[in-house]
Amino acid sequence: MSIIVDESTRVVVQGITGREGRFHAASMLQYGTNIVAGVTPGKGGEEVEGVPVCDTVADAVARYAANTSILFVPARFARSAVMEAIDAGLRTIVVIAEGVPHKDAIECTAGAKARGDTIIIGPNCPGVISPSRKTKVGIMPNHIFRPGGVGIVSRSGSLTYEIAWHTSRAGLGQSTCVGIGGDAIIGLDFVGALKLFRDDAETRSVVLIGEIGGNAEEAAAAYIAETEYPKPVVVYVAGRMAPPGKRMGHAGAIVMGEAGTAKSKIDAFTAAGVPVAERPSQIVGLLKV
Amino acid sequence: MKLLEFEAKAILREYGLRVSPGRVATTPEEAELIAREIGRPVVLKAQIPVAGRGKAGGILFASGPAEAAEMAARLIGSTIKESLVSQLLVEEALEIESEYYLSVTVDRVVKRYAVLASTAGGVDIEQVALVSPERLARYWTDPASGFGEEKAREMLGQFDLSDDIAGELASVLATLFSAAMDKDAELVELNPLVRTASAEFVAADARMIVDDNALFRHEEFAGRSLTREDETSLESEARKQSLAYVDLPGDTGVVGNGAGLVMATVDLVHHFGGSPANFLDIGGGGDVDITRRGLLLVLSKPEVKGVVVNIFGGITRCDLVAQAVVEARREAAVVKPIAVSMMGTNEAEGKRMLDEAGVMNFPTMEEAVQGILKAQAGL
Repeated sequence: MSIIVDESTRVVVQGITGREGRFHAASMLQYGTNIVAGVTPGKGGEEVEGVPVCDTVADAVARYAANTSILFVPARFARSAVMEAIDAGLRTIVVIAEGVPHKDAIECTAGAKARGDTIIIGPNCPGVISPSRKTKVGIMPNHIFRPGGVGIVSRSGSLTYEIAWHTSRAGLGQSTCVGIGGDAIIGLDFVGALKLFRDDAETRSVVLIGEIGGNAEEAAAAYIAETEYPKPVVVYVAGRMAPPGKRMGHAGAIVMGEAGTAKSKIDAFTAAGVPVAERPSQIVGLLKV
Repeated sequence: MKLLEFEAKAILREYGLRVSPGRVATTPEEAELIAREIGRPVVLKAQIPVAGRGKAGGILFASGPAEAAEMAARLIGSTIKESLVSQLLVEEALEIESEYYLSVTVDRVVKRYAVLASTAGGVDIEQVALVSPERLARYWTDPASGFGEEKAREMLGQFDLSDDIAGELASVLATLFSAAMDKDAELVELNPLVRTASAEFVAADARMIVDDNALFRHEEFAGRSLTREDETSLESEARKQSLAYVDLPGDTGVVGNGAGLVMATVDLVHHFGGSPANFLDIGGGGDVDITRRGLLLVLSKPEVKGVVVNIFGGITRCDLVAQAVVEARREAAVVKPIAVSMMGTNEAEGKRMLDEAGVMNFPTMEEAVQGILKAQAGL
């Protein structure tokens, strides 16, 4: 098993004819992802990397049974593209774009929730990869992942790569890595990902990579404590040195007054009995304990 | 983007909200003139983009024009909470009968806009939430159905308010919500909204933060977004170059790709006994020109004694990163040590280029951080 994406995943790439869409479609295909269609309005009938292009997501669903979408659409157009994917009934929608307005992200997450079973990953994320299923719906570099038992959930892309690479080199490997995104408003959150990993037989332990801003980490710590989470969880939190009021690259990485500090998050995990790595390189050691 | 109080009030006034009568002064003479026009006691408020300026001495009361001039002279040019005061809002001092707190904000956990109202206005709302939660009402809006006076009345039902007051507050809340939606605000806050002795509702203070990601659809802020009062000069320079940069008080520069990785590198500098001078995320692409410009920017900071560059990417080409580092080092006005950790395509070639140019490079970020700290210490 794995979470979110596996062999049953049939991907439609929204924005496949653009530079980014084309590049990452090729990389996903190379990894083994089953891309069944692309969508670019007005370009239906073309082909990209051997993948047929449709005019609409609904068309990609009707003709190629797509069930998962990844969007390479500029941030300002993300809202309408996501809403189109929700309306077409897709089960998972991965939004890579950085810079989606809050209002649009709120509309998308509310739209997915109203639909009931649609999962939005992102915005501002690297996507999701399940190495043993040879399925990547994202933009991460293929060669750093190995099949294994560690589930990784993270608000940061590059830090996920760094830590996934540590686990790969240590021979642990990953069940699924999901980058949930660096924005303030995101679809799948830490608690949502922890619930999915809990029910996944392949996942033996979970690495949670948090950062400053908001209180999703505190919510995750409370969830782990309250449910007596059945699998080991190891945490790293970035941004201990972040000054208040400054956005640290990610739109969501901002300390407001006393809220959202690394200390608050680390304290919450420590109180929940979850080990917190001081440095990324310590994670492997904590997993092996 | 944080708007200043007078800017937020100007927007809310367009929506028909009553705000305290007054204008902006940049000199004691102007403050005196405005106070004379008002003809009553006035309040002088430093226009700086930080909360809590009252406690920090940024709000002063004056009984008349002469005192207003005197206090303006004291405030203008002073520094409050690290912000230089250049503008004052001079307003009529209100005769307060009661104070309320009203706001619309983005709730990250619920993933909705939250509308908040409290009968304990004029104080820190976080404290109200902790100490007397019964005095705080919340409503999470559904994007499909919005938020109007009817819902506002419903949420205010938890307070024991007269019909008149509840009606007025509901109308202000509905207006605030419209303004927040129209302007893509992540926060609109009136604290306090004052009910005056003559039973009028007046916004005595207003804050507004506009979502940076939504600025593309707000022409009205096009000029405004170029200057940010809460930025240092290097931060402004970086933003103009589309670099995510934050100044920190130390002497070790940090450059990397990806916000989380750079934050982690900054934390490592501190962990190993150093003091980070900045945060700079050059983005996932690892473009040569951006890397070079970013590194030059950090090297140009006088406090910086050395820089650690941490690039992790599969797509990023290490030979191009190496080229950017070598070029920046050559172009920099002052020679400072640089330590690089990088991973990605053409790693061996990149390493060879760095070795040839005499730039320290390490297989891991932790070694690179320790390397630069040693070099800075002259070891």
